[in-house]
Amino acid sequence: MDAIRTEGLTKHYTRGFWRPRPYAALEDLTLRVEQGEVFGFIGPNGAGKTTTLKLLMQLIFPTSGHAEVLGRPVGDVLVRRRIGYLPENPYFYDNLTAEELLVYFARMFGYGSREGAARASRLLDEVGIGAERRFQLRKFSKGMVQRVGIAQAIINEPDVVFLDEPMSGLDPLGRREVRELILRLRDRGCAVFFSSHVLSDAEVLCSRVAVLVKGRLTAAGRLSDLLAHRARAWELVVSGARREVIDQARSRFTNVTPLGEGRFSLELPLTLAPEQMLSELVESGARLVSLNPVRETLEDFFVEQVREGERDRERNVS
Amino acid sequence: MSAVLIVARGVFKESIRDRVAYNLVFFAVLLMAASFLLAQLTAGQDVKIIKDLGLAAATAIGVLIAVFIGIGLVAREVERRSIYSLISKPITRSQFILGKYLGLSLTLVANLAVMAVAYYLVLAYLDWVTPDNVKLGWEAPATDPRLLKAFALIGVELMLVTAVALFFSTFSSSFLSAALTLAVYVIGHFGQDLRALGAAGASPALATLGRVLYFVFPNLVPLNVTAEVVHAQPVTLQHMLLATGSVALYIALLLVAAALVFERRDFK
Repeated sequence: MDAIRTEGLTKHYTRGFWRPRPYAALEDLTLRVEQGEVFGFIGPNGAGKTTTLKLLMQLIFPTSGHAEVLGRPVGDVLVRRRIGYLPENPYFYDNLTAEELLVYFARMFGYGSREGAARASRLLDEVGIGAERRFQLRKFSKGMVQRVGIAQAIINEPDVVFLDEPMSGLDPLGRREVRELILRLRDRGCAVFFSSHVLSDAEVLCSRVAVLVKGRLTAAGRLSDLLAHRARAWELVVSGARREVIDQARSRFTNVTPLGEGRFSLELPLTLAPEQMLSELVESGARLVSLNPVRETLEDFFVEQVREGERDRERNVS
Repeated sequence: MSAVLIVARGVFKESIRDRVAYNLVFFAVLLMAASFLLAQLTAGQDVKIIKDLGLAAATAIGVLIAVFIGIGLVAREVERRSIYSLISKPITRSQFILGKYLGLSLTLVANLAVMAVAYYLVLAYLDWVTPDNVKLGWEAPATDPRLLKAFALIGVELMLVTAVALFFSTFSSSFLSAALTLAVYVIGHFGQDLRALGAAGASPALATLGRVLYFVFPNLVPLNVTAEVVHAQPVTLQHMLLATGSVALYIALLLVAAALVFERRDFK
């Protein structure tokens, strides 16, 4: 059973009061997320990430299409018992303390006062909220509210957790703690679906990603698959090469970087066979340190997808 | 504990600490105390003035709390997006509406109880400082328990105002909800006049409009028994039950309508 499954999920709004015009926030989204995986939902601002999460939480209703979580329709109360959700820039009740808020939410999952309080206390420890837990939430900074938001999302030990921009507002330490928390959730079998436009987080955490641009899915799959065939050059590192050989190489290639202690990094274009260059260097007395393909990063891939998506949309409009 | 009661408890905890409510209740208590000073300026009418002003203050402040915290139940919760985390929990939207309503009703009852205690304390003080020969001229004792009937009906009225605020806030903004709720409150207090527009010589169209408004909007006049309790006139149990019953029916209809609207609402 998939943790999350969507089929042709679409959401249209109308914009404008006097002359309403249709606006496609999400178009025909079909994807699957397996149990126990960290799935990154990435895209630029306004791509439709939050719209998708709202549809999965049934905060909004789809124009067409269908979504299931843990094999049941979204919005089913039984499903909600097994999921957690952190909204983007969460906001809670000003006059409740962090502790009270978590106990309040815990009770909705059927935990008694004592069990709810124990869970709240443990989770607040886990997200780094100390004595402030007894302060009213109106006194909390944005980062502290975000931490409380993460704690409430996992108060019920969910099987699937939805995190909308979970790193937003966190300092570097907080980001690291949340990354570790996400990995711990994955290790205990929880599926984590998180949206972000911070690609480094997705690169570190996700087994699979989906790229959304202007409401349309432009790519989805394992990071290793998406980036595997996208080597853009070879990086050859040699040591002990003579000066004139390096100068000669510099005249032929754009990137020759000294690495210190007599080592040099040479970036060879894919059109050139690295073996030929390597044999020339070895004949001149140089030693091979390493030879690696220079792969595209997720950022390169993402930028390319966004540009392609925008070009497609412009073509469709014209 | 059911989801409705959990939400109600959360709302009570949150709104009982609301600064607006604190300040308003404090203001009401201050008004009641001030009415004591004002009453000193009148000859022989002081007890009636205090009773009258106290009940008016409790009503006005209660309505303000019901409207301004009532609209926060849903409209502000949607605007600030605090509803997102709550709605994703194992709770239906109808349970959310009902829980919110019960929570605020409980808050209003608590606030009204504080005002009633302050009211009786002021009246008890008046009773204590007034010579016995002056008291002989009073229509009823200062701390007349029948005044509680007026408080009870104020409570019923506030619960209705809360339901109206809740209904409007399921589909409109905070500002609009507040304005519409206050409009319903005002219309509700002129129910009899609206019905009698035709007899007062208004045009047929205006008279019809008046009758429509009278039947659509709740009639709040029977809930105001201030004049009766202040002047020691009887307020029968039958009147209390009829007034409460018709309002309860209206509240139930409003809550059902609010739940139906809310069930299919998109939180953009």
